Amino acid sequence: MFDVIIIGAGVTGAAAAWGLARFQGKVCVLEKAEDVCCGTSKANSGIVHAGFDAIPGTRKAYYNIEGSRMMEQLCKNLKVPYQRCGALVVCDDLNFSQGLEELYQKGIANGVEGLEIITDQKRLRELEPNISPGAAAALYAPTSAVVCPFELNLAMAEQAKQQGTEFYFNTEVQEIEAMEGGYRLETSRGRFESRYVVNAAGVYADYFHNMVSEKKIHITPRKGEYCLLDKGTGSHVFHTIFALPDKMGKGVLVTPTAHGNLLLGPTATDIENREGVGTTAEGLEKVMADSAHHVRDIPVRQVITSFAGLRAHEDGDDFIIGEPKDAPGFYDCAGIESPGLTSAPAIGKEAAEVIAKALCLKENPDFSELRKGQVHLSELTLEEQRELIRKDPAYGNIICRCETISEGEIRDALRSPLGAKSLDGVKRRTRAGMGRCQGGFCSPRVMELIARERGISQEEVTKAGGNSKVILAVTKEGTRE
Amino acid sequence: MKTYDIVIVGGGPAGLAAAVAAKEQGIDKILILERDAELGGILNQCIHNGFGLHTFQEELTGPEYAGRFIDQVKELGIPYLLHTMVLHIDHRKRVTYVNQQDGMCQIQAKSLILAMGCRERSRGALNIPGYRPAGIFSAGTAQRLVNMEGYLPGKKVVILGSGDIGLIMARRMTLEGAQVEAVAELMPYSGGLKRNIVQCLDDFQIPLLLSHTVVRIEGKERLRSVTLAQVGQDRKPIPGTERTYECDTLLLSVGLVPENELSRETGMKMNPVTAGPVVDEKLSTDIRGIFACGNVLHVHDLVDYVSEEAGAAGKNAAEYVKRDHDQPEEGKTAPYEFEQEPGESAPIEIVVRGGVRYTVPALIHARPPKEDVTIRFRVGNVYRNCYVAVYVDEERILRRKKQIMAPGEMETVVVKKELLTGQTQTVTVCIEEA
Repeated sequence: MFDVIIIGAGVTGAAAAWGLARFQGKVCVLEKAEDVCCGTSKANSGIVHAGFDAIPGTRKAYYNIEGSRMMEQLCKNLKVPYQRCGALVVCDDLNFSQGLEELYQKGIANGVEGLEIITDQKRLRELEPNISPGAAAALYAPTSAVVCPFELNLAMAEQAKQQGTEFYFNTEVQEIEAMEGGYRLETSRGRFESRYVVNAAGVYADYFHNMVSEKKIHITPRKGEYCLLDKGTGSHVFHTIFALPDKMGKGVLVTPTAHGNLLLGPTATDIENREGVGTTAEGLEKVMADSAHHVRDIPVRQVITSFAGLRAHEDGDDFIIGEPKDAPGFYDCAGIESPGLTSAPAIGKEAAEVIAKALCLKENPDFSELRKGQVHLSELTLEEQRELIRKDPAYGNIICRCETISEGEIRDALRSPLGAKSLDGVKRRTRAGMGRCQGGFCSPRVMELIARERGISQEEVTKAGGNSKVILAVTKEGTRE
Repeated sequence: MKTYDIVIVGGGPAGLAAAVAAKEQGIDKILILERDAELGGILNQCIHNGFGLHTFQEELTGPEYAGRFIDQVKELGIPYLLHTMVLHIDHRKRVTYVNQQDGMCQIQAKSLILAMGCRERSRGALNIPGYRPAGIFSAGTAQRLVNMEGYLPGKKVVILGSGDIGLIMARRMTLEGAQVEAVAELMPYSGGLKRNIVQCLDDFQIPLLLSHTVVRIEGKERLRSVTLAQVGQDRKPIPGTERTYECDTLLLSVGLVPENELSRETGMKMNPVTAGPVVDEKLSTDIRGIFACGNVLHVHDLVDYVSEEAGAAGKNAAEYVKRDHDQPEEGKTAPYEFEQEPGESAPIEIVVRGGVRYTVPALIHARPPKEDVTIRFRVGNVYRNCYVAVYVDEERILRRKKQIMAPGEMETVVVKKELLTGQTQTVTVCIEEA
């Protein structure tokens, strides 16, 4: 019997686990994928939104502001790449600038600091030289930031793991029913029982909610397609550049990432398939066309990959947080779409506090706010690099050429508390394979390291768990030892 | 800081030939920096034959061809470091590298030869829509898995792009027991050598679908199917022509990109057409003492030409070192100026017209070239029964008939040194209709 079971190891589930790690309790996370950060959390804009977009009084507004306030210190503590680059919402016709004014007023009502409408062309172009020549005015939000979404998700999960939270991967929850003093969950890996359940199941959160509550909710996967450009292109813009939002969301943005790439997207298309993360020709064309509308001369020839993520859009257009009246002990974190990444730490922290109070969990004296984190060779000074390689030459063996990732870093990612198991797992933790050649050079060598560290054969190495094996047969078996 | 006369970045065919040539000019303090576990570069995984017909007048495999040069490097006692990754170079020819033995190291070169080769264009660079399952490989990655690691990436294969590596891999996968369903090529002509189409596709009855592309990729975990469609003249898919192929593997052979991330850091002048540095007839970049050769300069079709070009770069670098070389001053920044030796005229640009996409070199010092000038180029389309013409100012000095010219094959013209004078204003290379 667990005190708390968290369904989902995306950023919201990881945040709940991180929040609960401050308390003494028996907690586990059930995740249907092979790793943390495999759904919406891995395919989003990586923006820490300032909070001017959400309608005042909504849960989106509240958690956005709270999350945005927490994020900088949290990222510092957890060694997560974070840059407060600020945001500009661009409007290309002064006649439509009442849209900016509305955003500004919403932002003020939500408590966003430092907002300013800029109509001075000179200042606008000083702030953002590559903004489209048609840009007439902009809302400037200096508190907007970018964060590495993978590392944030991983870091919070790792902190929980360190405090004894159990993680069950490849474990799909199939049924949930209320029982005396809690809930019983039937999964692909057998039965789990718990006093409390946190529903952080992303695009599937309505399934689980509707298993225990009569007040039904409904989530629509809203697909967003993106294009990512090569490292170095991030300096094409200094801020996250938005167009004016419409009813489907914030529209296609152009932003530097926390690692210096340029990211374009997302589109917004409602779809049926909750696994439908395929990109489309029309979607990618729209990403290119819309981003070119507010930023000029985007170096589109330097696109290195494209991808799609699914926002968990609930019909009520707001987050659903807390326990339904008819299902006490079942704590929803549902409908978490943008600004979900920003909000996650605030949602997780609050969930943990509510649950700890209900279950009378004591504080955990061993909890540390600080994460040791992994070594990232390219972030060290020359002297530090020298010292590191002298002590451990594995850091001198560069495996990923595009991102300069060493064998030592990949080994660490495979051995860490929630170690990587697949090529994509290594990629999200170290960036090996995330560069301009997209793993063309390094993937055979990363496969070798995965096999070595995990004690498996190379044929068993997968791209992302499950049936995603990279190689399907061995040749010349006769000559093998 | 350790200093060397010549530091060569890359120990593939270009780096090896450059090193040998420089050594033969009497330069001793040479260092080759190679990131892989052995010298030879990508040739080590090219176990098919057809290499060396021009250089050695015999047909060698890739490793054999590389072996000839590796043997020379070893016999000549040219130092090299393996497992060594160059992280930075600058315009003052300082090189920062890392390996397990030396850690992070900075060295000073009098002359630097860029020989980093190229990489394959990835799926992402083409924005092919669809899912992102396992089973999508660049042809070269698959080649490494099959030829060096002994693994078969998949059993039922579709190949996009008819570059040479894709064609070679169509045959290779077939020989290893895989079923290659089709090779799709976006353009109305192949990007590979004619001989590879015959020997790798025709001989194995593998269909080559020209003017086709991938419009859908299905499969959440492992690739399940690929949908191909015919494209119109605008290279956009024609609705109604889609055909879905069940397969577990998609190989991409959709172009090679010179690996010039290091070169760009120096601020040297780059050619947007080749994605390589702009060089003069000595294969010198605009930063004095930095030379470039092989696929980092422009993508070659045959390794024989890489060796020939790299040999020239090595020789010229040696001569540069022997001259009283001057380092760019501490504060100097781009744009730089091409070196002009005493008595040499300022370099003039080679003009390209009529289907010639680029030339290497892009500039010539018209007086006095010490040797005949070899100009290599590629054409932008398929040309039949046309002429390659070279003009010096208004005068046509060369006109050669070609039955066929295609973008997949590199063309070469040699301009005799006596045809160039200090008064030469322009040199033009063009294609002329019959």
